[in-house]
Amino acid sequence: MTATTSIRTSPQKTFSDWANRHRKWLFASPAMIIVGLLIAIPLVWTIYLSLTNSEGSVRSEHDFIGFDNYAEVFADFDRFWPAVWRTFLFTGGVLIVELVLGMAIALLLWRPFRGERWVRVAILLPLVATPVAVGMMWKLIFDPNIGFANQMLAFFGIPAQPWLSGELTALPTLMFVDIWQWTPMVVLILLAGLTSLSDEPDEAARIDGANSWQRFWFVTLPLMRSTVIVAILLRSIDALKTFDILYATKGKGGGSFHEVETLNVYAYGLSFDYNDYGVASAVLIIFFLLIIAIMWAITFRRKEKASK
Amino acid sequence: MTTTLSPSATLPAPRPTRRRKPLRSRAYSWFRAAALVLIVLVFILPLAWMLLSSFKTNVDIYDVAKTLVFTPTFDNFANVLGRDNYFQFIFNSAWIAFASTALSLLVGVPAAYVMSRFSMGKSAAVVLLARIIPGVSLLVPWYFIFANLRMVGDYSVLILSHMFVALPLIVYIMMSFFDSLPEDLEESAQVDGLTPIGAFLRITLPLSTPGIATAGILSIIFSWNNFMFALVLSGANTKTLPVAIFNFVSYASIDWGGLMAAAVVVTVPIMVIALFTQKYIVSGLTAGATKG
Repeated sequence: MTATTSIRTSPQKTFSDWANRHRKWLFASPAMIIVGLLIAIPLVWTIYLSLTNSEGSVRSEHDFIGFDNYAEVFADFDRFWPAVWRTFLFTGGVLIVELVLGMAIALLLWRPFRGERWVRVAILLPLVATPVAVGMMWKLIFDPNIGFANQMLAFFGIPAQPWLSGELTALPTLMFVDIWQWTPMVVLILLAGLTSLSDEPDEAARIDGANSWQRFWFVTLPLMRSTVIVAILLRSIDALKTFDILYATKGKGGGSFHEVETLNVYAYGLSFDYNDYGVASAVLIIFFLLIIAIMWAITFRRKEKASK
Repeated sequence: MTTTLSPSATLPAPRPTRRRKPLRSRAYSWFRAAALVLIVLVFILPLAWMLLSSFKTNVDIYDVAKTLVFTPTFDNFANVLGRDNYFQFIFNSAWIAFASTALSLLVGVPAAYVMSRFSMGKSAAVVLLARIIPGVSLLVPWYFIFANLRMVGDYSVLILSHMFVALPLIVYIMMSFFDSLPEDLEESAQVDGLTPIGAFLRITLPLSTPGIATAGILSIIFSWNNFMFALVLSGANTKTLPVAIFNFVSYASIDWGGLMAAAVVVTVPIMVIALFTQKYIVSGLTAGATKG
């Protein structure tokens, strides 16, 4: 870069020269400023709100009350801790199923075959479908009286299930919906990773007499480690924050027994259904720190492994 | 090869050998075909169910015998589109998606370019942090600020909030695109007398069209599908389609036909776009996945 600028014999003091010399910050700053305004100020504000008793109208007075909100949240075994547990159950559950299924489907799609285009279209459709509409669609399919799901069960002679309306079945049902919508994402990422692998290690293992399962477990899978971690990172970020389908199908408070109330739904409800901004902000700060910790753990392990 | 007069030139080319084939058994190919059909059905059938139901009367939806055979009706679509101002909501969704994407491209592409070329890891991390933060935690203070400014319900507020989704996405995709674009082209353009910014505008940018298309299409899709921000920040006339559908549930919970028609109205446009731009969407969703 310095070599190219020194080609100019007489450095003129024009705007163009100035812009070229400072293009690094000239180009980066608009985006940085917008993101900063959209994130930094709100984040500081949320921290501040979490230390106040703000509730009701956004224009009403509020007082500084220190860490009382945090104490209240941590002592809340009715809503907060169950929500934490559901968040982890939901994220962990869908992540494991999506990874296993995604890997299986990616391996099936790996080598060329006839009709490849159609399969790719089929797995792309759930990904781009609007989550709220997807929620409504499954709400009809899982309707206890008229839904396709119970019609299928009746066909096999199995009694009807409450699905979304049951206290115990609602969360697993919504996990299924998430798996339906986002497994394709894992498939696409893993497929991109598989396609970029070189054939040689696999060939060598074949010549050494390894069967296909051994070649997958000892050759392909270790080579795919970084791609799998990317898939885990992207999916866990989004699964932790799942909101659209949960709120669209179960409404305020995650259903009458709060049966699908995850941290995100809980924090949203506190903020905008009950206008309890102080406590909501405390929940959000705890939630945010939790996400940062998880992401840090995943990427940290990855760097540690890489340096070995 | 073709100019030599060797006898082999007249022979048909040897058939390309498929390296993998010999060890694959017939049983495996049957298994694979069956599995693929099953996969396609699982992903397509629910969507087909939604589409079919949107053309049924509520009586037919209740009737198991009329799962596939029924007299289609357009009443649901007429009802939905005739209700409040659905065309207004369609316009809102499209305008907010377009404007937030265009603005994000305008600031995001140059930013991604310098972040890639100068390896500004820390700056990039700040932008990508936006990907990790739960939207609600920003929505609370946004709501405070915009409510006090009496701006809740303005298009500008919604466009800005959707930029929060679009900008990190665009920076992420464009950074991995610029990483893969060789720097030599810009350098030789500079040797030929272009300024660094000139080289970016006249060489790099035109070469980036596929990357920009990828980032733009994905950003439009994510903005169109976004629900939470508009749920809080939109007014009666600036609602987006997902919010309009959600409100539909509360006052018409039994009208399944209408609900499915509303769901079709919001999903079909975005799916049509996705089908025509498949290649770009896949490359965008998997951007950076293979480098680790």
